[in-house]
This record gives sequence, structure tokens and C-alpha cells, in this order.
Amino acid sequence: MNNVMKPVACKILDIKKESLHEYTFKVETDIKPSHGQFLQLSIPKIGEAPISVSAYGDGWMDFTIRSVGKVTDEIFRKQPGDILFLRGAYGKGWPVEQFKGKNMVVITGGTGLAPVRSMLNMFCHTPGYVESVTLISGFKNEEGIVFTGELECWKDKFNATYALDTDKKEGWNTGFVTEFVPKVDWKSLGDNYEVVIVGPPAMMKFTGIECSKCGVPDEKIWVSFERKMSCAVGKCGHCRIDEVYVCLDGPVFNYTQAKYLVD
Amino acid sequence: MGYKVSFAEVNKIFDRLQSEYEIWAPKRFVGKGRYSDTDIIKYDKVSTVEEIEFKDKSDYPAKEVLSPVTQSLFYFTEDEFRESKATGKKILIFMRPCDISAQHHQEKIYLQNGGYADLYYQRMNEKVKIVMMECTEGWDTCFCVSMGANKAEDYAMAVRVGDGELRVEVKDADFASYFDNELACEFKPEYIRKNQMEVTVPEIPDKEVLTRLKHHPMWNEYNKRCVSCGACTVACSTCTCFTTTDVIYNENSNVGERKRSTASCQIEGFTDMAGGHVFRKTAGDRMRYKVLHKFHDYKERFADYHMCVGCGRCTSRCPEFISITATVKKMADAIDEIVAEGGTNR
Repeated sequence: MNNVMKPVACKILDIKKESLHEYTFKVETDIKPSHGQFLQLSIPKIGEAPISVSAYGDGWMDFTIRSVGKVTDEIFRKQPGDILFLRGAYGKGWPVEQFKGKNMVVITGGTGLAPVRSMLNMFCHTPGYVESVTLISGFKNEEGIVFTGELECWKDKFNATYALDTDKKEGWNTGFVTEFVPKVDWKSLGDNYEVVIVGPPAMMKFTGIECSKCGVPDEKIWVSFERKMSCAVGKCGHCRIDEVYVCLDGPVFNYTQAKYLVD
Repeated sequence: MGYKVSFAEVNKIFDRLQSEYEIWAPKRFVGKGRYSDTDIIKYDKVSTVEEIEFKDKSDYPAKEVLSPVTQSLFYFTEDEFRESKATGKKILIFMRPCDISAQHHQEKIYLQNGGYADLYYQRMNEKVKIVMMECTEGWDTCFCVSMGANKAEDYAMAVRVGDGELRVEVKDADFASYFDNELACEFKPEYIRKNQMEVTVPEIPDKEVLTRLKHHPMWNEYNKRCVSCGACTVACSTCTCFTTTDVIYNENSNVGERKRSTASCQIEGFTDMAGGHVFRKTAGDRMRYKVLHKFHDYKERFADYHMCVGCGRCTSRCPEFISITATVKKMADAIDEIVAEGGTNR
């Protein structure tokens, strides 16, 4: 009998400090995720946690982790060469096929950038895959900024707006991401666009409302949820909202469904 | 085939069965109830028929045998994961029709949901054979007839208890040989046709009504009444939720295990994420979440029947006397109110 709860040992290849509390761990693995999926990361005797894939390639995967809990704190003590245990990949990721040839509007809050990072890099490095990318990325403050190198790179290729919630930074805007939604040139996108929103629950809620105010139809909006999980395979019940399981039916949801979900 | 078997003979059969089977049944623990001078009835291993509690409903459901309150998933030695071993013997469980119906829900979640089968449930489930306990009277909190869970067909044997004897229907050929020397008789179990309590589960016509029901003030009542103790979900025949935790043995920090324990959506912390986000902050929110799961969300997902089997154990166990049947009635009234308002306001 196959045990879906049993993880496999994987070697940490590299650790990159993104910010004070966010590190990216590059792990050696043959698991092939799709953009927006997540895995269960675990350390025996400490526990397990669901973490989204922030990049992947042949034989490796990146996880950008915030040290906010028991498991993630312990992962931060690891060094390259140490072992992490993985199982997955789980859930439904971004519908990238549907995004082909579209004008993409991607709006992120904080580390919400991690679950869209691999997709943004794919857009960036696959000319003609999408028509255009409008990126709005907000962070709480300067210490919270992640993927500094890529933000620079995306600025060259995408129509990018970067903002800090209340602090000032040269070349950056100040304000919540919701303030920049009406500034998107929605008319120029015609009907050929899709919107991706990822961040903390309140940020996603208000950004969704703001997009609707700008006339964006629900079916063009996509969000990614984060919930407590023990199993990631639809058994433990922690991530269930109404009739959906975030681990099975999400983490990516279309807004037509997401806006009705009440925790 | 049907048989009439004296308790003495049943015990002889139990003796023979026990070389191959563990026999589990509801058992009365005298004086072990939560209040002084009260008993508790819960599932336990039995070796004689006299140990089985036939008279009263068990306080806790049969699911505890298949999905124990806590179980070890893996043992760790440094960085090695070793899967916990399954029990060696086959398992024979005495249960009433509501508990048998509840196993379908357990199977749906543990074995089918998302296309993943849970090994720990699966390996246990494969060992189980069911003895149905005839149940024709019910108790004051039962509403199995309303939920369509008063009947069950998938059992190996069925029994009716009499004065010092059992009537036994043997359906599963594996057990036929145990009854070769017993007195044959006509016996088919009866089912309860009407409970003291009846419930009409309301239909929720559309998503708009559902959304308004979720935000209806009816749930606020539970902020005052519900103490979020989780007694209802522990006693529930169909709840399956669990939380996984790793533990380190005190004597040696290199050795430990990954365990899972029954979790309750009614207890604070069920949704808490690392970083501090909490999704259901009030008792009312949690009650709404549970009630809608049992009487709407589950059926919406699996397009089959409601999750609740009407065993009434949640009502019996609630220290605040919250009745699930009264709650469903309140929900039906709230839906009527929302639909009526919709007619005038839209």
C-alpha cells in the first residue's frame, strides 16, 4: 500500500537570504510541480508545513520561507548539505495555458510574491508567451522586500509598480496595492486580460473588491489561498472552506468561486 | 441464515473467533462518566457477550475503533521515517445502523476525497467485519430516520438481543462454520421506523441565500451558549478531522514520532496559521461551519447524502444543552426568512 503521508529526504543545495525573516531554500529533487502548487516540508521530530514552490528547474526546487512558526524556524537553522523532507506537489496551480497570449495583471502583497515568482519568471523568459505583464507588488516595509534581483529584472520587462505600505523609498511608491489598481490602464487591455491576486487574506479581499470596481469581471480574477493544513490530501479537514478543500481544489481559485467562500 | 444462540454458546463462539479476530463493542464503564455516579459507554475490546452494552446507546461512536483518537504514523530515529505497524488480527465490531452508515462518510473522506487513500485508515478498514446490533427503539436525541441512516445492509452478521440469548443473522460465509451446531431459526433484523425526534433538513436554494445564511444573526446565539469544548465533534459518528504533531521522547531527543490526534473545528486554534492568522474567531463562526458541513457542504461536495447520520450523540454530550435538531430547525427558519426577504427586497 502506498503511504501518501510519507515524505522523501532531499538535500538543501543553497540558501539565499531574501530579507531578515524570508530565506529561499534551493532543494535537490526530481519532483516536477506546476506553477502555483505547494509541497509539505517536514523535519522529523518538529513537524510539517505547506510551502509554495517559488521556482523550479531540472532537479531542483525553490521554497521561499518566512520564519514564523515551529517548522519554519527549524528550517532556518539548516545549512546547505542538510536534509529537508518533502512530499507533493499538491493542489491546483495557476491556469498558465489559459494565460497564453493575455495581458496579465499580477498584484501581490508581501511574500505573496513567492507563489507567482516561477510564473513571472516564465513570462519574463518566454518571449511572446503572454502579451504583456502589469505587476503591482507591495511590501510592508523595506525589510520585507524579497526577490530584489528579480524585481529589478521584472522592472525592465514588465509594467511594474512597487510600493511600500507607509514607508518611503527612492524609486518606489508609498501606499497599499489597492491604491494602484485604479491606475492600471484597464481600457488598453481590452477584453484580453487576466488578473492574479496573491497576498494576506485582507489584501486579497480588498484588491478583489477594487478590481471589481474597475469593471474587472469575476471570471478574469485568480487568487491563491493559504490555510492551516496537516495532511494536504483532503483528510485532516483544517483547510476546508464550504465544500472545497484548499489543498485539493486550490490553492488557486477563480474569483467566481473564491468570492463566495466563507471560512 | 438465522440462528438462536444462548449467551453461553455465544461465548464459546467468541473464544473461537478470538484466535483470528479482536472483538470490539460498546461497553459500559461504571462510575466513569463525566459527572459523579454516572457511567460512560464507549467502544472497547470484549471477550464475552455479557460485556456488550445492548440496552443504552454508546456515548462515543464506533469510529474510534477504525480511526483512533490518537495514533502513531511514523517513528523517527534521527532522520529516518519508519511507518507504524498495523494491528495483526482482523477486527469484528458491533455497531448500530447509524454507526454503519457513518462509516460510508469516513470512507469517502479517508479513502476517496481528492483521489488519495489514507493508508492508516485503509489498512484498518480492510480488516473490519461488522456485526449490526438491531436498533428498533432509539433514544430521545436520535433522528436517524430523518437522515436515512436507520437502515444498513452492509454487515457480516446482525444480532437481536433477547433474554440470555442472541438471534443471529449470518450473511458472510466466513462466519457460517462457527454456527454449525447452533439452532437454526428465521431471523431478519428490524429497523426503527419513527424516532421521537424528527428533522427536515432545509434545502438552500442558491449561493446568494447560502451567503446570507452564513452571515445570519442566528449564529450569534452560540457565541453565548457554546463553550467551544469540542465534545460534540468527539462524540460525532462522522467527524474525521485530525491534527498531526511530532513528539520527541524525553529520554532521547534523537528519537520521536509523528502522531495524529482527533481535532475539532469547534475548538479555538483549528484554523490558526503560523504567523498568527485566525479564520474563525467566534464560537458562532465555528458552529456555523460545523452545522453547514453536516447539513449542506458535504452533500454539495460529494453529491450524495448529508453527512449527519442522526445519532444525536452531539446533543447528548453538549454540556450547554445545545440541540442539533433545534439548530437545524433554526437554520430552516432563517432560510425561510432570507427567501421571504429576497422576494420583497429584490
